[in-house]
Amino acid sequence: MSVQVQHLTKTYGSQKAVNDLSFEAKPGEILGFLGPNGAGKSTAMKIITCFIPQSEGHVKVCGFDTTENSMEVRKRIGYLPESNPLYFDLYVKEYLEFIARLHGLGSEGNKRIEEMIEKTGLTRERKKKIGQLSKGYKQRVGLAQALLHNPDVLILDEPTSGLDPNQLVEIRSLIKDLGKEKTVIFSTHIMQEVQAICDRVVIISKGKKVADETVEKLKSQNSKQQIIKVIFKETLTKEKLQSVRGGLLINSIGNNEWELKAEGGNDLREEVAIFAKKNDYTILSLTKESFSLEEVFQKLTK
Amino acid sequence: MISIFRKEINVFFSSLIGYIALSVFLVGIGLFVWIFPDTNVLDYGFATLDTLFFTAPWVFMFLIPAITMRSFSEEIGLGTIELLATRPLTDLDIILGKYFAALVLVVFSVLPTFIFFYSIYQLGSPVGNIDTGAAWGSYIGLVFLGAAFVAIGIFASSLTKNQIVAFILAVFFCFFFFIAFESLSKLSVFYATADDMIEMLGINAHYVSISRGVVDTRDVIYFLSLITLFISFTKVSLESRKW
Repeated sequence: MSVQVQHLTKTYGSQKAVNDLSFEAKPGEILGFLGPNGAGKSTAMKIITCFIPQSEGHVKVCGFDTTENSMEVRKRIGYLPESNPLYFDLYVKEYLEFIARLHGLGSEGNKRIEEMIEKTGLTRERKKKIGQLSKGYKQRVGLAQALLHNPDVLILDEPTSGLDPNQLVEIRSLIKDLGKEKTVIFSTHIMQEVQAICDRVVIISKGKKVADETVEKLKSQNSKQQIIKVIFKETLTKEKLQSVRGGLLINSIGNNEWELKAEGGNDLREEVAIFAKKNDYTILSLTKESFSLEEVFQKLTK
Repeated sequence: MISIFRKEINVFFSSLIGYIALSVFLVGIGLFVWIFPDTNVLDYGFATLDTLFFTAPWVFMFLIPAITMRSFSEEIGLGTIELLATRPLTDLDIILGKYFAALVLVVFSVLPTFIFFYSIYQLGSPVGNIDTGAAWGSYIGLVFLGAAFVAIGIFASSLTKNQIVAFILAVFFCFFFFIAFESLSKLSVFYATADDMIEMLGINAHYVSISRGVVDTRDVIYFLSLITLFISFTKVSLESRKW
């Protein structure tokens, strides 16, 4: 039940919105789709869901090609578009009934609808017209319609946009749950989310793929430098800290907090501890950081 | 297709569109047939529903574009076309669902006018002095005319995301097909050569023909062909977004 994208290209006039993109998403693995605005994420998703055709390349969903077997693909896909389009005049339940009928859910449709309403937290709002809901709840309705027919593949374009912190937690855990059995591809700008939910990450910039790794590998691969943050009780000067062995760059972040960078795998924490002991300083906090995902993203998409 | 049909009907009657369409049509027609001094049947003196069938096409020419202007324009404007296009639905399913929903609304607006027929039937001297056959024929003609206008209106709606433009285009196309051919046929260039043929391309010729009370297959085929033609145009227009 995987999604295979092979050499996908989409050209608009002289501009290539998607340029020779290839990747694969497997069931049980949540794929995060990252990229700056305008990188081509939504375009790629629209091609996968059969909304627009590609200029070159193939997309196979569950073994079915999106151009040759479009109907079969569409039966197996749940899609939440970026703009989350909804019919504002319909009531929530009415709308979900419509979607259920579209997928031929028949008598079991009502049960599914109730399940989805509960899972997405819409119970209190189910009798309202969609136009009366707040953005967060509209987003949940969008999610509900994508999940209603229990598709094997979920394509979610910025599913957490507009949600408040409580809702974010709920929806993220819902996606994580779904990812255990289904194939989930979702796009986001929030690195925290990527780290929390995704197993793999594909980063796109200007239509081209610039990374396709697991989250862990992505972070460690790009850490050529180690950063140590240390807070001393005493106020020190840069000169004094020069005596920490192996420390290359020393920056003061203010309030007795210092940032030391070392080359490669040298664990400076030991050296800092030795230094503090030798000079009788008190360490209040000592942490090691590798390149944050944000910095990786920035570096790859500049 | 049925799901789209049901959704459209739901939307017509959850928002004001359905009710306004019905009221505008019935009030407008009612005024022409019973009240206005030039056209009302009571002053005319003859037990006939001619006024209804003469006025209705012109009211339809504005009412039907108003009903159908949102059918695709709104979907394109709202972005919900993206939702529909990624479902296991063919384009034809979507088009026919919307078409039949609009057609049902048009038929619902015509049904109450049976009261007019009943009234004139009773008012005639003697009672029943009305050409019932012609009345039935005219109703059938009116439904066909409405069906044709709906097809035209839906096509116009699929051309643009701006509902006002869709409305204007629909009015123009309906007008053109209703009366323009007849007028064109009167140009001296066509005199005695192509004038009949050109007149027959227009809706009015066939509408008048069915109103005699004779359901001529030529007229039925004309209407069905016209409807099929515009539905095909709509399908092509929808597919063109993929080019």
